[in-house]
Amino acid sequence: MRAFLSIIFFMLLLGCKAEKVEKRAVSSVDSKDYGDKLIEGTIGDASNLIPFLASDSASHQVAGLIYNGLVKYDENLNIVGDLAESFDISQDGLKITFKLRKGVKWHDGKEFTSDDCVFTYKIITDPDTPTPYSGDFLTVKKVYNPDKYTFVVEYKEPFAPALSSWGVSIVPKHLLEGKDITKSELARKPVGTGPYILKEWIAGDKIELQANENYFEGRPYLNGEVFRVIPDTATMFFELKSGNIDFTSLTPLQYERQTNDESFKNRFNKYRYLAFAYTYFGFNLNRKPFDDKRVRKAIAYAIDKKEIIKGVLLGHGEEATGPYKPDVYWYNPNVERYGLNIEKAKNILKSAGFEDRDGDGILEKDGKPLRFTVLTNQGNDARIKTAEIIQRRLKNIGIDMKILVLEWAVFIKEFISKRNFDAIILGWTIPQDPDLYDIWHSSKAEKGGLNHYSYKNDEVDRLLIEGRKTIDKKKRKKIYDRIQEILADDVPCVFLYVPYALPVIDKRFRGIEPKPAGITYNKEKWYVPKIEQRY
Amino acid sequence: MLKYLIKRLLATIPVFFGITVISFFIINLTPGSPTDLQTELNPRITPEIVEKLRKHYDLDKPVYVRYIKWVKNIALLDFGNSLSPDGRKVIDKIKERLPVTLLISLLSMIIMLIFSIPLGIYISVNKGKLRERIITFLSFFFYSMPSFWLAVILIIIFGIYLRVLPISGLKSINYAYLSTFDKIIDIAKHLILPLIVATTGSIAYLSRYVSSNLDEVLKQEYILLARIKGLPEKVILRKHALKNALIPVITILGLSVPGLIGGSVIFETIFSIPGMGQLFFQSAMSRDYPVIMALLVLTSILTLVGNILADIGYALSDPRIRYGD
Repeated sequence: MRAFLSIIFFMLLLGCKAEKVEKRAVSSVDSKDYGDKLIEGTIGDASNLIPFLASDSASHQVAGLIYNGLVKYDENLNIVGDLAESFDISQDGLKITFKLRKGVKWHDGKEFTSDDCVFTYKIITDPDTPTPYSGDFLTVKKVYNPDKYTFVVEYKEPFAPALSSWGVSIVPKHLLEGKDITKSELARKPVGTGPYILKEWIAGDKIELQANENYFEGRPYLNGEVFRVIPDTATMFFELKSGNIDFTSLTPLQYERQTNDESFKNRFNKYRYLAFAYTYFGFNLNRKPFDDKRVRKAIAYAIDKKEIIKGVLLGHGEEATGPYKPDVYWYNPNVERYGLNIEKAKNILKSAGFEDRDGDGILEKDGKPLRFTVLTNQGNDARIKTAEIIQRRLKNIGIDMKILVLEWAVFIKEFISKRNFDAIILGWTIPQDPDLYDIWHSSKAEKGGLNHYSYKNDEVDRLLIEGRKTIDKKKRKKIYDRIQEILADDVPCVFLYVPYALPVIDKRFRGIEPKPAGITYNKEKWYVPKIEQRY
Repeated sequence: MLKYLIKRLLATIPVFFGITVISFFIINLTPGSPTDLQTELNPRITPEIVEKLRKHYDLDKPVYVRYIKWVKNIALLDFGNSLSPDGRKVIDKIKERLPVTLLISLLSMIIMLIFSIPLGIYISVNKGKLRERIITFLSFFFYSMPSFWLAVILIIIFGIYLRVLPISGLKSINYAYLSTFDKIIDIAKHLILPLIVATTGSIAYLSRYVSSNLDEVLKQEYILLARIKGLPEKVILRKHALKNALIPVITILGLSVPGLIGGSVIFETIFSIPGMGQLFFQSAMSRDYPVIMALLVLTSILTLVGNILADIGYALSDPRIRYGD
């Protein structure tokens, strides 16, 4: 319905060119003043503001401004201290010592100490806490706090993603200890250490935050931030144009076709950075004909990634060649690439024994036509369009691909988890830590694991375990470089594209700089010159 | 009459339980479970965590055990806690959304009645004239118009082009700083577009319905008799025809009682109104069983009540039903 809507309103907008051009004073002054509010549009409401009890991005987005972790990722995706002033990893990688900031206060005025860190660890790993995040702490041997400002974690074995797992939000011991966390008030009225304090939460409508005057890095320039829940992307865009929200994301269509007039450019800044996600075309390696690497390679040569990016994302994406996005440290550009090459694809299939013997345009081998069904989920137009484009290309080389679109829960439960599919179009988000164990290790190929392709490669298995245990960044990169090479050669899936995130922000906000981490990493440093402040 | 009523009420009890049994088992048969949104496709999840979550929400128990537990709680008017990560009481989640939906549905119902009955009469009275044809054309036009499309057009015209009405939500961002009078104005302004969208289709439909009923009644012999008697057309219409023509409208109103709390996903989504429609939709998508069940229970109670009310309405307005029993 959304796609239909956007087509309609696109047509309508063509007819309404004579829109009122709003003249606004955009001052040349650039003074870092305090004040004003940022109104941000989100499509979903947060669910729970105790961050490790929620897994939805809306909750994490809000909770991220209310709480701090011990460490965080900076704009270039390096791990730096947050509540920890400094941290030290022992030579053998088995012990991390955090030196905490002194004088940090919870929003209710009580001091933050190492007791809170110990408590946070205990509550996350408590069997009664219904959290999806306890898996991060399975290799922890023990945690302790020799003094008020020191927190130590010891591991059973070296675990490279360990440090980043301490980016988890630290929660206040004095408000949660001895209470049932699932019934805690903090879920709706959080108390953190972060730059913003919760002011009001009207379910399904808005969440309003106000600046924390005592924030340890200095109070944010803005007085507050409001998250408005607007479930429909078309309505969201209308609200943006009418000035009722300041910050949201655009669809590629909106970015390209509806936001280039002068009045829009005078009022808003559009940004672009690579999103932390990729879309892929995955094979079920247990099923014929995809157990044959040559068939997978032929399909890879028959898919034109450029065409998909142009058609589906209107150019706002980059070709994916592996499980990392091209602008991060871990990305290996020197892997086998598969450009569109119909001849090569045809030859490979021929050498694999596929030929069109009955002249119906579809190749056969051993009397069986080369025919399969690709599955994808409802509600994701980009994936459905991608499937259609690929369908046409595969037909050119004599492969008959059907498309089946399924409701999400059914898709996952009945087809993905049970490995009941030929091929799928799906996406993964790309976490900041390069660890790929859960998706590519052969032990995860079992039903319910995330290795949907049932990909098994001994060398990859070995490297994945080594990668988790290697703390040295350079050595670690070598390991993941090799994994990317093998994946590109084995083609368990065709990595299709990494889309661009397309945020748009009212021009009065200054201090925004797109970096590999995106644009929101320094939200508390955004400001509006006094003369332009609105709220 | 009283005996009839008691009989009707008693008959609804097994129906109600039948509804809950079937709903409970069917929603549990649908693939997927409430924990899926947290656990599926999440690399951090181990099978142990999935088990832990399932246990936490009692999902490891057989369906009938959970149904019995649910019935016990329902008997104490406890709808339980939501299975979504917020874990809030179901009743709280419904309470915060119900007023908005009720307000909009009641207002739309009133507006619908105010406009459609006179319109229906007007159509009947002017049968065959040009103005009747125009109105008929327009009512078919609006009836067939998809509500989301109308919503978008109205938003573009009034929200963006003319800038006289707000686009979405129920309150302005500065609502808290307004005076009481301005607050009412603010909400009223926000309600105009949703109400137009919510009522155009049903006004078109109901006015057609009223007019065709009226046409039917006007063909009856007793109307002919009244005309022969020389009664003025106005009296015939008001005193003799309209009463009978409106009886079927009671059925429609009775049937729309459950819709009062149902809300609508489509226009709540377009206008960002946090109402019951969205709650129902989200709980269905995330398999939040207690919320789905609570909403189904409320809706089915209202359906049953609506049916009884319609029956009573019939009995009151039609002596044949009243005395025939």
